[in-house]
Amino acid sequence: MTLEAEKQRPAIHPAARRPTSLFRAAAAIVWKDLRAEWRSKETVSAMLVFALLAIMVFSFALEFDRTGREASSAGVLWATLVFAGTLGLGRSLGREKDQGCLDGLLLTPVDRSALYFGKLAGNFIFMGVVALILLPVMSVLFDVSFFRPLIVPALILGILGYAGVGTLIASMSIYTRGREVLLPILLLPIALSILIPAVRATRGLLEGIPFDELLVWFNMLAATNVIYIALAYMLFDFVVEE
Amino acid sequence: MAATTTAQAPADAQRAASRPVGLTILTVFTALMLLVATYMAFIYAPTERTMGAVQRIFYFHVGAAWAGALAFLVTAIAGVVYLITGKRSWDIVGHSSVEVGLALVTITLTSGPIWAQFAWGKPWTWDPKLTSAAVMWLSYAAYLMLRQGLDDPARRARFGAVYGIVAFASVIMTYFGVRFIEATIHPVVVGSSAGTGEGDFGLATRMVHAMVFSFITFTFVYATLLWHRIRLERLSDRVARLKAHFFSQSG
Repeated sequence: MTLEAEKQRPAIHPAARRPTSLFRAAAAIVWKDLRAEWRSKETVSAMLVFALLAIMVFSFALEFDRTGREASSAGVLWATLVFAGTLGLGRSLGREKDQGCLDGLLLTPVDRSALYFGKLAGNFIFMGVVALILLPVMSVLFDVSFFRPLIVPALILGILGYAGVGTLIASMSIYTRGREVLLPILLLPIALSILIPAVRATRGLLEGIPFDELLVWFNMLAATNVIYIALAYMLFDFVVEE
Repeated sequence: MAATTTAQAPADAQRAASRPVGLTILTVFTALMLLVATYMAFIYAPTERTMGAVQRIFYFHVGAAWAGALAFLVTAIAGVVYLITGKRSWDIVGHSSVEVGLALVTITLTSGPIWAQFAWGKPWTWDPKLTSAAVMWLSYAAYLMLRQGLDDPARRARFGAVYGIVAFASVIMTYFGVRFIEATIHPVVVGSSAGTGEGDFGLATRMVHAMVFSFITFTFVYATLLWHRIRLERLSDRVARLKAHFFSQSG
């Protein structure tokens, strides 16, 4: 840009000089991800088709009878969500890396954690959409009603924790050789401590166990979320550092 | 500058390549301790009344489990220090500790099912201690694979530190997570809680001696192997430096 043009440019509004707030920066990243997804519909559709296939595989591999179906539907739901989630996480971070978008994002004058929280929210939304579609499908296929009010907090906490730690791990795995292979290997042992209480809480709800008895699982889900997201928040800077 | 480097190189290389006296002493001492620990486990300690000879697995099983957990704690701490200081030596400590810890946990994971086959009638249950040990093994195997998949040394060190910290947190949480499912059937030999386990056993005085000695021995085994492994990594760093130096001169 020449000096001439520099002079002619209107004065920058004072508000624009202020550093962007964490929330606004994260929201911008989520918005970018959602718009890209809305146009391509690549990630969610791939996750969804994969999830449906996984449900098919589970129901034929486990040869459910009626009681078996009821007992294991919570497990099938979470296993499916976790595998589909891994797919989505790998894509969401991998795409940033491949297109060089990650470097661009890192150059922007915002806090690095905005990037983490933005990607986390995007992944949470993608997995949430898949879960919302899976619930009615599984209710029909497994003849078990997933529509219970408390299933919502169980899903939110489970998906949030998984996306929370998954975003951190996926942002490491994209730098490795053979990253698609490495992501589940790195993520699944870590995610087990979210999966255990999530499956337990969901199964308890489906079996109609009173909430008081399930509270311990919800507490544990909440505690795991807090620990993982706090850890990821502190460690993410070191992962994307150049 | 180049002249001093070449002049110092032989003396330096001599010092770096020869094994430190402390390490030799420690290695011999640890080997002796292992011999004594074996004697205590097989001969000194009395045979357990109901389980018989198979209970003797316990001494090495518990010792290795303790040292393995210690190794991973060291990795997590080394990870934190590395991220703060950025010193390569802490990366070496963290990485080496994982390799040694993985070997120790493998001892625990193979000796446990042998004992369980006799005490519980089946080699494996999804007990909290067993599950978290298995998760521990898998997490740190993943740690090594993560390092292997990265070419840039600085990134390898940073990611190793980050993953070492997260993996340690996850192992602890998995343990608590599974613990809520049901009371453990794994014997609680150390600690004050009432034994709810199958195959619980009280310890005779001589058994306590053997157990405590095994704890100490495996701590020494861990320390010795760690030192050897750190030294190996230092040497390999040195080889890489010398290679780079050589090629930069001849090129």
